[in-house]
Amino acid sequence: MAGSIDLKALLAESGVAEVLDELDRELVGLKPVKTRIREIASLLVVDKARAALGVEGAKPSLHMCFTGNPGTGKTTVAMRMATILHRLGHVRKGHLVAVTRDDLVGQYIGHTAPKTKEVLKRAMGGVLFIDEAYYLYRPENERDYGQEAIEILMQVMENQREDLVVIFAGYKSRMDTFFQSNPGLGSRVAHHIDFPDYTVDELEAIAGKMVAALGLTLSEPASRALAEYLRLRREQPNFANARSLRNALARARLRQARRLLEAGTVDAAMLTTIEAEDIRASRVFDAARAAATEENPC
Amino acid sequence: MRITQGTFSYLPDLTDEQIAKQVDYALSQDWAVSLEYTDDPHPRNVYWEMWGLPMFDLKDAAGVLAELREARKAHPDCYIKLNAFDSTRGFETMRLSFIVHRPKEEARYKLRREESAGRLVRYTLERA
Repeated sequence: MAGSIDLKALLAESGVAEVLDELDRELVGLKPVKTRIREIASLLVVDKARAALGVEGAKPSLHMCFTGNPGTGKTTVAMRMATILHRLGHVRKGHLVAVTRDDLVGQYIGHTAPKTKEVLKRAMGGVLFIDEAYYLYRPENERDYGQEAIEILMQVMENQREDLVVIFAGYKSRMDTFFQSNPGLGSRVAHHIDFPDYTVDELEAIAGKMVAALGLTLSEPASRALAEYLRLRREQPNFANARSLRNALARARLRQARRLLEAGTVDAAMLTTIEAEDIRASRVFDAARAAATEENPC
Repeated sequence: MRITQGTFSYLPDLTDEQIAKQVDYALSQDWAVSLEYTDDPHPRNVYWEMWGLPMFDLKDAAGVLAELREARKAHPDCYIKLNAFDSTRGFETMRLSFIVHRPKEEARYKLRREESAGRLVRYTLERA
């Protein structure tokens, strides 16, 4: 045999294992996402081993599409993805450039191409993250400049595969139509990763992390109130998973601040504890109460 | 006659790989890289045409090289130089500038002698 390679050692050496573990620890839920990222990491490690043994292979295409409802962690994962790809040597610099339609599409003829190219140049050596990518394609206006941006993107994604990785993100249904109407683009995106909605339990775990990051704690009744809040809020329209949760916590902090000011004197424990009443003052509970009285008025 | 201007001008032309390394160095110093071209490489001609805007906020040389390839395709008969601009207060100037493309047939110059009043002689470089 020409020589053997310890894949585990190679993985440890690249420092990717740490990032993957961090991903497991810090991101709650998202099972399918984590599995797919591990698969990609494994593929790159195996490719590295192959290259070390002198087997030349083309670099795999790693353009991705993240679909999922708002607040399911697409941007956060994209940020981690850039680090992982950098550690594994797939991209040279490992920075993330996050853009939307406005950054790519120009306002008049001849404006789009330089704009898109500039963004692509900035993203080279790293990851280009296109949020709400389906806005690039406007079927109702055949002269829309979005089409031009898509064509330039496709060209660079194909010809300069080793220079950057493009990640598209958006809601599932709209991304599906986007790729259907741009089959060339769809076929260049190898990895479609779906971000599932969080369950109430997962959201509670996330809340724990968020509160800790703010240097606060939830009292026992407050945790229960929050669980109840989440259950009610999930049923309402425009629920944006972790983002809604973060906003809810921000409002709870406001109410806590007001409560503390009214109390006058405080101690350290009071300053860092969010109580149930801070959460129960939310309008979500009012709506639920109103619905309940409507059903059995008495 | 080989035109010598800017950094590295007495070295053989840099390969793309070497250019990429120089660009990476410039970017690591936070210098903005830009490309310029001209068909008139006279040493007194300081006004070269800009190839697009200076490229700010780049992280990697690949973007510059892609532009360079396009510039070469569009102007194969021109001289193209690469500049790196340092915006640090106190410098605010080019820190690095070298020729990255020259035409197959280089520009030729001749020295013209002009006699004027008295025994005064004036010399000018003139395109041959």
